Amino acid sequence: MRPASSRRAPLALLAPAAVGLVFLVLPLVGLLYRTPWTTLPARLTEPGILTALRLSLVTATIATGICLVLGVPLAWLLARVEFRGRRLVRALVTVPLVLPPVVGGVALLLVFGRRGLIGGWLDTTFGVTLPFTTAGVVVAEAFVAMPFLVIAVEGALRGADARYEEAAATLGAGRWTTFTHVTLPLVAPGVAAGAVLCWARALGEFGATITFAGNFPGRTQTMPLAVYLALETDLEAAIVLSLILLTVSVVILASLRDRWVSA
Amino acid sequence: MTLLDAHLVVDRGAFRLDVAVRIAAGEVVALLGPNGAGKTTALRALAGLSPLTAGHVDLDGRALDRPARRVWVPPERRPIGVVFQDYLLFPHLSALDNVAFGPRRRGVDRRAARASAAEWLARVGLAELARRKPRQLSGGQAQRVALARALVTAPSLLLLDEPLAALDARTRLDTRVELQRHLAAHAGATLLVTHDPLDALVLADRLVVIEHGTVVQQGDAASVTARPRTDYVARLVGLNLYRGRAAGTTVRVGDGLTFTVTDHVTGEAFVAFRPAAVALYSGRPEGSPRNVWRATIQGIQRHGDNLRVLLHGPIEAAADITPAAAAQLHLTPGQEVWAAVKATETHAYPA
Repeated sequence: MRPASSRRAPLALLAPAAVGLVFLVLPLVGLLYRTPWTTLPARLTEPGILTALRLSLVTATIATGICLVLGVPLAWLLARVEFRGRRLVRALVTVPLVLPPVVGGVALLLVFGRRGLIGGWLDTTFGVTLPFTTAGVVVAEAFVAMPFLVIAVEGALRGADARYEEAAATLGAGRWTTFTHVTLPLVAPGVAAGAVLCWARALGEFGATITFAGNFPGRTQTMPLAVYLALETDLEAAIVLSLILLTVSVVILASLRDRWVSA
Repeated sequence: MTLLDAHLVVDRGAFRLDVAVRIAAGEVVALLGPNGAGKTTALRALAGLSPLTAGHVDLDGRALDRPARRVWVPPERRPIGVVFQDYLLFPHLSALDNVAFGPRRRGVDRRAARASAAEWLARVGLAELARRKPRQLSGGQAQRVALARALVTAPSLLLLDEPLAALDARTRLDTRVELQRHLAAHAGATLLVTHDPLDALVLADRLVVIEHGTVVQQGDAASVTARPRTDYVARLVGLNLYRGRAAGTTVRVGDGLTFTVTDHVTGEAFVAFRPAAVALYSGRPEGSPRNVWRATIQGIQRHGDNLRVLLHGPIEAAADITPAAAAQLHLTPGQEVWAAVKATETHAYPA
């Protein structure tokens, strides 16, 4: 008997599959095709581009840091502690995943805006203003990206053998020490994968950022915002910015594939 | 001096564990029982990994778990070392750091912890493998690291969960001898959970046999093996065992079969004899006082150098005979034979 894979695939499946592939790849090809390769080096060093790139990298990294500090404990809570309403909490955590980012931005404004639920108090008590600041960019990115981290880390925790934690307890480790010395090292690959996904999502954030933090060059104008703006004035600049984001995405994807996804 | 005094009651709906265990300092007790008897539940309750429903765990005069008085000491504060069935060595730590983990968590500084870990690795003969990660260790080596990790803190109670079950036969033999040496040197109490009678007999001073969550028999190896009280124990030690009513030197068992025995017993009693004591004949044997019955051969298995013949009849019995005798009798499954056991080969004792 011939293996199933060597049988002819039906055209009814093959044709849409091929169209789907072309549909996914063609825009990327178009981007590479239209890239002004000759002026690229000069373009890359333009101050506007470098500023946006630096801001993007810095805010995405800080947002990822915040997501790690808050998201890993949240994932641990969801994976290891039985409590009432755990399913509800898990559902709530994933809401930003499906929420249109613009809606997220509006929601953030309503809470952290000057007249928002907490924003006014933050302003009068600490003199901290989030909307339309670099900190606001970080908040918007963290809001949108955290579910990626929580889901990845919770999955890793569920996959890890909880009996190692019991072994640690019999050796005198309390729950915190067990977490830092046994649980975290065991799920480190999952945390790293989650952090990379989270960082990539933060880097590409557009909707919540422009809604909550605005579009001020040097302050809140990240790469995706710069791309959008450049599109109206300078197509070549938009292409160069897009190429950079594409490169970063491909590098992330490749590193995930090699180091964690297939491992 | 009694070090561990425990009455373990764990209620889990359909299953209830109710077992009392006392272990003296330096004593090794084997908790023996079939799968599902509650051995692991008992071990987890002692270690504090699951709480008691009722009863108590007192170790070295200190209450660790007394539900009635709302006393419960969490596992990390119990002076108890555990060797888990598949060892659970931390995969991200070297053998040395695995062993040093316990002392570190108990407040010993890094250098001193590593020093005592190195000393223990040397004691189990693994000094040169200290830097290896668990995945680079063989099963026997991992078992020794796990033992060192559990013993390095000098626990008052050492718990071993099927410590040899994960090893192949050859490694098990060597490791068992090693383990015996370390258990003999351990000053605290030791509870060994196993379903392997050989582990229990070689390693333990005393056996506690549990079935369905309760103790069915306990005592030293000699008394348990000589006088099994349940089918499970009889199978473990390789004896035919029957329960019946005794009057003087006869015990009536099963369907009208009466055994003549040499022991004097009255009332409910057990009769036990070795499979090798059963002789098989094609015709009814005559002569010296024998217990004789007619049986059907149900199956024939290899058993060491001999054959084990499973007999069906008024009683179920196993008979060990030589291949030569089997060939002479042309034994085949389904065949009818006469089985005989001399009174002097039987052992009768009160139930």
